[in-house]
Amino acid sequence: MEKKGVLMSYPMSSYLEHELSSRFTLFKIWEHPFSDPQFLKQNSNSIHALVSNAAHGANAELIDSFTELEIIASYSVGVDKIDLGKCKERKIKVTNTPDVLTDDVADLAVGLILGTLRRVCVADAFVRTGGWVNSEFPLSTKFTGKSVGILGLGRIGYAIAKRVEAFGCHVSYCSRSEKPNIQYKYYDKVIDLAANCEILVVSCSLTEETRHIINREVINALGSKSILINIGRGAHIVESELVSALLEGRLGGAGLDVFENEPHVPEELLKLDNVVMMSHVGSDTVETCKAMADLVIRNLEAHFLKKPLLTPVI
Amino acid sequence: MAENVDEHPQRKPLLVIHRIPSFSSLFHHRLAPTFSLIDPITSAGADRSAALAFLRLHGGSARALLCVGPSPLKKDTLDCLPSLECIVTSCVGVDHIDLSECHRRGISVANVGDAFSDDVADCAVGLLLDVLRKVSAADRFVRAKSWPEQPVFPLGSRIGGKRVGIVGLGSIGSLIAKRLTSFGCIIAYNSRQKKPSVSFPYYDNIHDLALNSDILILCCSLNDQTHHMINKDVLTALGKKGVVINVGRGSLIDEKELVRFLVEGKIGGAGLDVFENEPNVPKELFGLENVVLSPHQAVITPDSFKAAEDISVANLEAFFSNMPLVSPVIWE
Repeated sequence: MEKKGVLMSYPMSSYLEHELSSRFTLFKIWEHPFSDPQFLKQNSNSIHALVSNAAHGANAELIDSFTELEIIASYSVGVDKIDLGKCKERKIKVTNTPDVLTDDVADLAVGLILGTLRRVCVADAFVRTGGWVNSEFPLSTKFTGKSVGILGLGRIGYAIAKRVEAFGCHVSYCSRSEKPNIQYKYYDKVIDLAANCEILVVSCSLTEETRHIINREVINALGSKSILINIGRGAHIVESELVSALLEGRLGGAGLDVFENEPHVPEELLKLDNVVMMSHVGSDTVETCKAMADLVIRNLEAHFLKKPLLTPVI
Repeated sequence: MAENVDEHPQRKPLLVIHRIPSFSSLFHHRLAPTFSLIDPITSAGADRSAALAFLRLHGGSARALLCVGPSPLKKDTLDCLPSLECIVTSCVGVDHIDLSECHRRGISVANVGDAFSDDVADCAVGLLLDVLRKVSAADRFVRAKSWPEQPVFPLGSRIGGKRVGIVGLGSIGSLIAKRLTSFGCIIAYNSRQKKPSVSFPYYDNIHDLALNSDILILCCSLNDQTHHMINKDVLTALGKKGVVINVGRGSLIDEKELVRFLVEGKIGGAGLDVFENEPNVPKELFGLENVVLSPHQAVITPDSFKAAEDISVANLEAFFSNMPLVSPVIWE
């Protein structure tokens, strides 16, 4: 059987590249810019699949560059950077990699909470720069027993809830609708959740309803003694409001794995010691990246063998 | 007792405050109404011989002493206090106190019991998450504005499924086990004795625990048996990908060997809240990306301070009421 052409949108995993190139004819978009008319003319008809990720999805223009495109397999849970409307119109299938990264993202949420409250990163910098020799390290804040509000009690949100319960934390949540058989307190408005917790964790998916859901009012309701954790998407938060709240002391601190304009981070945050920042590494572990890559491959193979997809989005 | 003191202020019991000059006198406001405080540092200054002379002069009839933080408390101080019956320390660990000398003199010792356990357990988990998921390294990476130039940050390691060996399954170790179980870690432990009510696998020697663990967490007390228990052989058994977390005492680890193993890449990483020669930290560690360093701050939250204050006062009140101490240190 002739090898199918697969286009990769970004150098997301060398393991995935290796596995793809052993099964398909692999085109790397960063080596062949799709705007190059020569490249398109030669190859656009031979590309049947696109492998994207959370940051480098597929807009309508990219999708329409490939007339034979049948499937987009995203190496991510979030598919907000893929034009799903265009995919539906063109009957292009879309798959993602749910579940495999749930634990990693939940773990990182707790890591960001501890990093922010217990000032782990500040402490590390304090020791490395020799501060300990001649000064005392300031107090940090207890984590055990705090009230944790989870925005979006999906797989990741629920995994976070299970972890923080082991720290004696009280969990409440806000989501589109109240979940049956869940004992945690439910708030139908995010502002009420924020007003009633000390740690607010954003773990919902990014949709039109949740874009900028953390605005000035929500941040003010959370307050100067509380912290905000974002392991969702940068655009969940009105970033300029987050920055001004931190600068003005209206918010106690923040642990952020995602930003509105990644990889660019607001300059004002770089000097604050009540903020922990990571470079969108929520699921970036050796083990999970392999599991995600394997799932991308199995979805593509299932598609080309006309078998049911393992993890279809549409 | 409080009524007694109000009626006869001159009969307030004596309480010696023992501290090194860099530690401030704790919860003075709560002790002063009840006790007549003898604080050589405040009265005689930081000079050690002057402080001892002051104690000899004023502490002869003192029956109780509050030891602030890990201030070393040795025979020379005890010699100045012939009537001493009870030492209350605001620490969990009591390795700074000459316990055998106390034992010989019939002095009972109380620590803060479980007051710090939650915070220390949280600190251990925070260090573990940081080392495996590179939180501090990523924070440095973002602050250095490296992200736009170098889009791919090195991968971390998954927490779930890791085999965690807990060294010392007391109240702190048990809380660490509870927390890490929720992350899907597989727990085993080493301690002086197998705990009958615990179902985690027990290893009676640290070498075998290291051999069967991805991560070792040290939260036992420091004594002659545990001094340098993490040595070259144990680190070798832990292996190239192994991680050491220490929230106990610096001298549980042979620090020179640990530094050598880290620098030479013979173990995977370390999260250290305590060091052998605090506040001096081996400079070789400062440039390593796979270590997370913390200035012995596992218990430094206001909540822990309040809890330590409450339990210290409760121990002193129990002593002066001829009641059993609330959190006595049990002689081994």
